[in-house]
Amino acid sequence: MKRDFEKDKKDMVVVEGSYAVASAVKSCRPNVISAYPITPQTHIVEDLSQFMADGEIPNCEYIMVESEFSALSALVGSSAAGARSYSATTSQGLELMHEVLFNVSGMRLPVVMTVANRAVSAPINIWNDQQDSISQRDTGWIQLYAEDTQEVSDMTAQAFKIAEDPDVLLPVMTCMDGFILSHVYEPVVLLDDDLVAEYLPPFEPEFKLDPKNPKTFGAFADPNSYTEFRFLQQQAMNKALKTIEDAADEFYDLFGRYYGGLIDTYETDDADIVLMAMGSIVGTIKDVIDTLRAKGVKVGLLKVRSFRPFPVEAIHNVIKDAKVVVALDKNISIGLNEGALFTETKASLYNTKIDVPVIGFMIGHGGRDIPVETIENIIDEAKKVIDSGISVESQFTDLKEELL
Amino acid sequence: MTIPPGGVCAPGSTLVNKTGGWRTFKPVYDYDKCIKCKLCELLCPDMSIDPKDDGFFEFNYDFCKGCGICANECPKDAIEMVLEEK
Ligand code: SF4
Ligand code: SF4
Repeated sequence: MKRDFEKDKKDMVVVEGSYAVASAVKSCRPNVISAYPITPQTHIVEDLSQFMADGEIPNCEYIMVESEFSALSALVGSSAAGARSYSATTSQGLELMHEVLFNVSGMRLPVVMTVANRAVSAPINIWNDQQDSISQRDTGWIQLYAEDTQEVSDMTAQAFKIAEDPDVLLPVMTCMDGFILSHVYEPVVLLDDDLVAEYLPPFEPEFKLDPKNPKTFGAFADPNSYTEFRFLQQQAMNKALKTIEDAADEFYDLFGRYYGGLIDTYETDDADIVLMAMGSIVGTIKDVIDTLRAKGVKVGLLKVRSFRPFPVEAIHNVIKDAKVVVALDKNISIGLNEGALFTETKASLYNTKIDVPVIGFMIGHGGRDIPVETIENIIDEAKKVIDSGISVESQFTDLKEELL
Repeated sequence: MTIPPGGVCAPGSTLVNKTGGWRTFKPVYDYDKCIKCKLCELLCPDMSIDPKDDGFFEFNYDFCKGCGICANECPKDAIEMVLEEK
C-alpha cells in the first residue's frame, strides 16, 4: 500500500462502506444501474437509488428488476447498447446469476458488479465468507478483492477502466467482504468527480446494439468456432494482467493511493513465512505481522488482489524464496478439502523449479470471527512445517469439536 | 475472417446457414382443402412459410424445422406431416 494519509486526512469523511461504493459508482458516470436487494449488498443500490432521486446521476436509468437473474440480464442489453452498466449483488443472488455471468463475459460486455461477499445456503447464513464469488471463478469475469472500504471504493473506478479497455473487454467483479466492509463506518476519501473524469474516459465500444445500424450480439457458434471464443477470452484475461497493474499505477498517479495491482506485499522481502489471503482478513494479518516482527519472526503477507486473472508470475516472485507459504481461504471446494487460493497456488508451483511447501487453512466461514490468536496459531503451524515438513496439507481452522 | 470481440456480426447470417436439414417430418400442403386463412403463415415460428401469387402458401424447406405447428393449427387439416426419406 502506498498512500499519503496526511494529505488524505483533510478530505476524509466517515461513511458506510456501501455508501463509499455507491458514491464511487456515481462518480464513474454509469448509464444503467440494475438493482435487486439482497443482504448485505442492499445499501449500495439503496444509496444509488437516493442519488438518482436527487438527480445526482445524470444520463442514467435505474432499473428495478424482479430477480438477480433479471438484474444481470438487463445489463446484457444495456451494455451491448453502449451504456456503462453497473449492478451489485451477493451470495444466492450471485449464484442465481450464474448462467448470465457466462453470457456477459462471452459477449465481452464490460459490466462492473460489486459483490458484497457472503456465505451461501444451506444452512441459511447472511454473514461473510467468499464462497459466493469463488464459486463463480470459471465464468470469465475478472475478480478483484478489496482489503478495506477505501480500496473497494477506489477499485470501482479501476474496474470500469480495466473492463472497458479495448484489449480486455471483460466484466469485472469487485469483491468486498459483506458486513465487515459493506456495513462498517470508517473515514474514507470519496472519489472526486473531476479526477475520475480524467481517469476514466467515456465508454465508447466499437460495436453497439443500435436499430439504425443493426448487429447481431450473442450469436450462435458451432463446433467450428466455439473453441476460438474460449481462447480469445483467455487471451483477454492474459492481457488484463498488465491492464490491472496499469490501472492501479495510473490511479496512484492521479489520486495518490495504491493497494497493489495484481498483488500487494507486506514485509515479504526477507520473510521465511508468507501468508497469502484476499479481502478484509488482510488487515488483521498485517497487525499480527507487526507484533511478530517486533519479536523477530520473519513473517510477511502476500495479498492477492486479482484472483481472476490468477497472477501466477507475481505470486511466484514473492514466494520463491520463502520457507513456507500459507494460503488462507474463506471458501472450500467440498470433496477436495481445499480452498481455491491454496489449490491454485499449489498447482501453479508444480512443473516449476520453485520448491516451497504450501499449506492451506479454510477460515472464517459463514462469518466466523478471525481473531489475531487464530492467525498466530496458524503461523505456529507454519513454523512446524519449516522444522519438520508438512503433516496436514489443508485443514479447517478453529473447528468446534464439541459440535461434531 | 477473424472473430470480433464477443462475436458481434452483421445481421442476417441465418440466411446463409441453411437449417432445414434438422427436419424429420416435412409439411406438405393439400391445396384442395386449403381455404387461404393464413394461420399457418402467421404461426410458423421460423418464418418458413411464404405467400404465393395465387393466395395459397408454400414452404421454404431450406429453413422449415418440421415442428408441425402449422399442421396442428390448420383448421382444415390441409397440411400433412410426411416422414423425410433419402
Ligand atoms: S413445420 Fe414448423 S417450421 Fe415447418 S413450416 Fe410448419 S410451422 Fe413452420
Ligand atoms: S392454415 Fe390451413 S387452411 Fe389456413 S392457409 Fe394454412 S393450410 Fe390453408
